[in-house]
Amino acid sequence: MSTPAIHIENLTKRYGAGDTAVDALKGVDMTIWPGEVVGLVGPSGSGKSTLLKCLGAVIEPTSGRMTLGGQAIFDESWKIDDLRTLRRDRIGFIFQAPYLIPFLDVTDNVALLPMLAGVPDAKSRSRALELLQALDVGHRAKAAVAQLSGGEQQRVSIARALANHPPVILADEPTAPLDSERALNVVRMLNQMAQQYQTAIIVVTHDEKIIPTFKRIYHIRDGRTYEEAGEGRAV
Amino acid sequence: MINLAGRDILHGWGKFLFTGIGLGLLIGVTLTMAGVYRGMVDDAEVMIDNAGADLWVVQQDTLGPYAEPSSVRDDVARDLLGQRGIAQAGNVTYLTMQVSQGSKEARVMLVGYEPGKPGEPEYLVAGRPLARAHYEALADIKTGFALGEQVRIRRHDYTVVGLTRRMVSSSGDPMLFIPLKDAQEVQFLKDNDALLNERARTASNPAFNRPNVPGLLEAVQASQAASHFVNAVLLRLQPEADAQAVAGEIRRWQHLQAYTRAQMEDILVARLIATSAKQIFMFLVILAIVSAAIVAFIIYTMTLNKIREIAVLKLIGATNRTISSMILQQALGLGLIGFMVGKLAATFWAPLFPKYVLLLPGDAIKGFALVMLMCALASTFAIRAALRVDPATAIGG
Repeated sequence: MSTPAIHIENLTKRYGAGDTAVDALKGVDMTIWPGEVVGLVGPSGSGKSTLLKCLGAVIEPTSGRMTLGGQAIFDESWKIDDLRTLRRDRIGFIFQAPYLIPFLDVTDNVALLPMLAGVPDAKSRSRALELLQALDVGHRAKAAVAQLSGGEQQRVSIARALANHPPVILADEPTAPLDSERALNVVRMLNQMAQQYQTAIIVVTHDEKIIPTFKRIYHIRDGRTYEEAGEGRAV
Repeated sequence: MINLAGRDILHGWGKFLFTGIGLGLLIGVTLTMAGVYRGMVDDAEVMIDNAGADLWVVQQDTLGPYAEPSSVRDDVARDLLGQRGIAQAGNVTYLTMQVSQGSKEARVMLVGYEPGKPGEPEYLVAGRPLARAHYEALADIKTGFALGEQVRIRRHDYTVVGLTRRMVSSSGDPMLFIPLKDAQEVQFLKDNDALLNERARTASNPAFNRPNVPGLLEAVQASQAASHFVNAVLLRLQPEADAQAVAGEIRRWQHLQAYTRAQMEDILVARLIATSAKQIFMFLVILAIVSAAIVAFIIYTMTLNKIREIAVLKLIGATNRTISSMILQQALGLGLIGFMVGKLAATFWAPLFPKYVLLLPGDAIKGFALVMLMCALASTFAIRAALRVDPATAIGG
């Protein structure tokens, strides 16, 4: 068996201290393999966003162990700049709203990530075009963000998440603003990209339309996760 | 690497441009204020240059003739010519007054001088020098008078026979040159009613109207009607003469005050316009603070409007340096547009000002550096706000 893309053990996160302390995560265990798309489902206040922020190296967990591609992170040797580099090179983000940079065109929105990582401009743009074509928005490569439909914007944000070929993508309710057909289309693309680039994708959702498409689902409730086999319905 | 600042500016260029224009007009006012100060200094220096003198001889214990009233007998000039080192001496009078030409009115500095002697305008832009002993005038073009026009000064009409340029007083009033005798009359002689009253008062005084002293009353009255005073004597020195030494001799033997060119410059620039200069400096400081506050506010608002994008940029790995550089470049871009608009505006509106506005390239360069520094400092508030943005805000929850 290969190395898991993400592996976390007994992860906890406490906000505040003393009487006002809140335990958002109370011992989360999770393992995601390369090329796998898993769902993370839970009600509001269950700890989804906190877990996502820990997985995204945005906030530091209080305790527990977390590895990314077999490498431990958040141990004592990690610094802020290391986390920034980690986010840039090894984690892709897809948000509920696309949050594209409005003053950059479609290609540069995607190419910005490799450029930030030091990849030459021409190579970054050709990589961006390749991804945009794979996601069927290549024809809008020179368009301004404001000229795209909601679905197109979401596809561009998927391309941006994949731009540095990260081993892990975190998708925070990526289908929330979309209708059923477009939502399933996004899931289909995520599955396709996960297979093509061997990327592990965690999709945080409470969208009933897409939950049956996951082969594995992590339920999170009161700061703890429970794994469940999904239907893995074809899309 | 993409220039994020440039792309953002291009994306909202209209807003950016109009903001830059607004800021530019403010910078234009600031540059103009500096130009007004420079103009005042230049007017003072031009006035000294145009006098064509090496020494100014004035009444003892005064800062005359421009900064304080001064009265010197007009035969002093003849005495001074006998002194070693002096090549030429010319009597001059200065009087700021209102003159009229038809329906036109102008505030001028009336200068009385002796043709061919120090105090005469060194060049004319049109017409000819004074040729008659009375009732001819040379006017600075800023008076608005034209050649051949009749200008009313007190009781007499003067014909404008020549035009000069950049002949202004330290307060910016254009000069009107007339023969010395006429100027003395304008400055020192009384009107007809006053003369009649004076004569009657003198005649009723038994000390001056003694029956057994014939001719005394007429002599006293004649002395009251004539003036032999001028405001200053301008001296041109011989090439080898030491101005300080000659001035010292005059102070010692003539009991008069003599100022060298450097001393006269000091009186005009450091004393006469010192208060105005301080006033303008205060305006400059206030305008600079207002400009800095506006830039800071604009850049801060622009940054707050991009807070979500900044959070996303930080989340996807953009460094603090990338984000700071984007904001700093925008602030500097705004400063650059503002400065260009301000310089252009100041250049266009400076000639419309009633007083001389001198825009020096050196001041423009200093102004540019100051604007850039001000914009860089103003951007620190926005940079601080941007760097405080938590990348986690890009993720919901």
